[in-house]
Amino acid sequence: MLAAMIRLAEVGLRYAAPALTGQPGPVPDALRDLSCILPAGSFHWLLGPSGAGKSSLLALLHLALRPSRGELEIFGHRIRETPRAALPALRRRIGMVPQDSRLLPYLTVFDNVALPLRLAGVAEAQIRADVTEMLDWVGLATKTMTLPAALSGGEQQRAALARAVVARPALLLADEPTGNLDLPQARRVLALLREMHRLGTTIVVATHAATLIEEYPAPALYLQEGALIAHG
Amino acid sequence: MVDAPTSLPRGRDPLGLRHALADRLLPALVGAMAMLAALALTAAEGAGVLASRWRGELTGIVTVQMPDTDPARAAAALASLAALPGVANARPIAPERLAALLTPWLGPNMAGLPEQLLPSLIELRLTTSSSVPEALAAQLAAAVPGAAVEWQGLWLGRLVALSDNLRRIALSVLLLVAGVAVAVVVVAVQAGIAARRESIAILHGIGATDGAIAGRFASRIAWLAGTGALAGTLLALPLLVGLVGLAAPLTGAVQGAPWARLPWLGLVLLPPGAALLGWSAAQATLRLWLQRLP
Repeated sequence: MLAAMIRLAEVGLRYAAPALTGQPGPVPDALRDLSCILPAGSFHWLLGPSGAGKSSLLALLHLALRPSRGELEIFGHRIRETPRAALPALRRRIGMVPQDSRLLPYLTVFDNVALPLRLAGVAEAQIRADVTEMLDWVGLATKTMTLPAALSGGEQQRAALARAVVARPALLLADEPTGNLDLPQARRVLALLREMHRLGTTIVVATHAATLIEEYPAPALYLQEGALIAHG
Repeated sequence: MVDAPTSLPRGRDPLGLRHALADRLLPALVGAMAMLAALALTAAEGAGVLASRWRGELTGIVTVQMPDTDPARAAAALASLAALPGVANARPIAPERLAALLTPWLGPNMAGLPEQLLPSLIELRLTTSSSVPEALAAQLAAAVPGAAVEWQGLWLGRLVALSDNLRRIALSVLLLVAGVAVAVVVVAVQAGIAARRESIAILHGIGATDGAIAGRFASRIAWLAGTGALAGTLLALPLLVGLVGLAAPLTGAVQGAPWARLPWLGLVLLPPGAALLGWSAAQATLRLWLQRLP
């Protein structure tokens, strides 16, 4: 039996600011009563229609939001009870691949990928070795000094993946990582995710790409209107 | 084969603050503040020296010039003055001392002057040196009609009060300048936050602590404020030397070069003080803003 990496018990999320919706009256729940356990080293697809709450759930798991109710436990920490000052250390154990890559436009590919290591205070010589290896792994070895604006969408996504995994996170989250890519590029990103999974990383990938799911069958979480309607 | 970079000039500036907090406007503004601060500092120092010097010359001695030199009336007037409230003692000024006082104007050979031409003076020592009470002035006039009262302490007292107030005003200006400098830094930091909101969110998301993010802003601001203040202080020096030279006759410091009488300790501390102020203001602004993030 694998240890739980993530545990959700009746987790709910409601965005606090009515200004976000511009609608009068109560704000609807973005997530409702989610309960599940994701073991360490597992791979899960996160599925559901647009607006189902996939990004909100990933934001919760990335500690970018706190649950409005219920209990979220990551790495054995109950997030609602964890002090704010302790969250950065937890975030450093989580890698996130956003849909839009979110690379810093004024930094080279090398410096973007090196960010998590520099934040962790890793020695510059070690950073150079690790980032070089990582960029080689994602196929961007010749783009180290290139600015993100000069990269294709697929290259930006692979750079974002390299940044997410360069510090060897225990948990890797990906929000539609292949959403803007053609199939060959998407397959390449999926291959990288599978390789991370093979190395022991717990992975949750939100996607609409049925082709990729068929190519790599794995347990899935199905969300609809903020509720978890199937897990398996 | 990996194209490994040979240098990472911007790698240590993950927030791109060299562009978001540019090195022109903020140093120029802080430099102008530093010039004002240096002026205020020097003015406060100078006013303090003046007040101290004049306070040292402030005594409770009043000189009364009698309307005539008749010995009998002078003795009666002396007794009346000595009995006045507020007068510690009264004594006539001896002819030898009077001669010594007049020598600078009349020359050393005063033996041939008729005695009637020399004024009859009485020196009163008051119980207080701060001011001549209005009541005492009236009583003097009533006791010895026609007597002329000379009390330089009255003017010295007013000058001391003026200098003290000038010093307080200069120190207030110094505080005001520091306050404006803090406001300028806060506005600059808020502009930097607006320009780098997305970058801050990304760094926050990959595990940067509030201290790490605020520290990068604060270091950049401290550098800009410190260099700006250093330039401003250096530019102010010629003006300060000129002012100190102009004030030298008043302060009695006519010997030595004017630059030696500048408040060097305060001036030397201005750039690091500005850097520290900027660092603190940036830290506070950033940490307050970062509380909005989870």
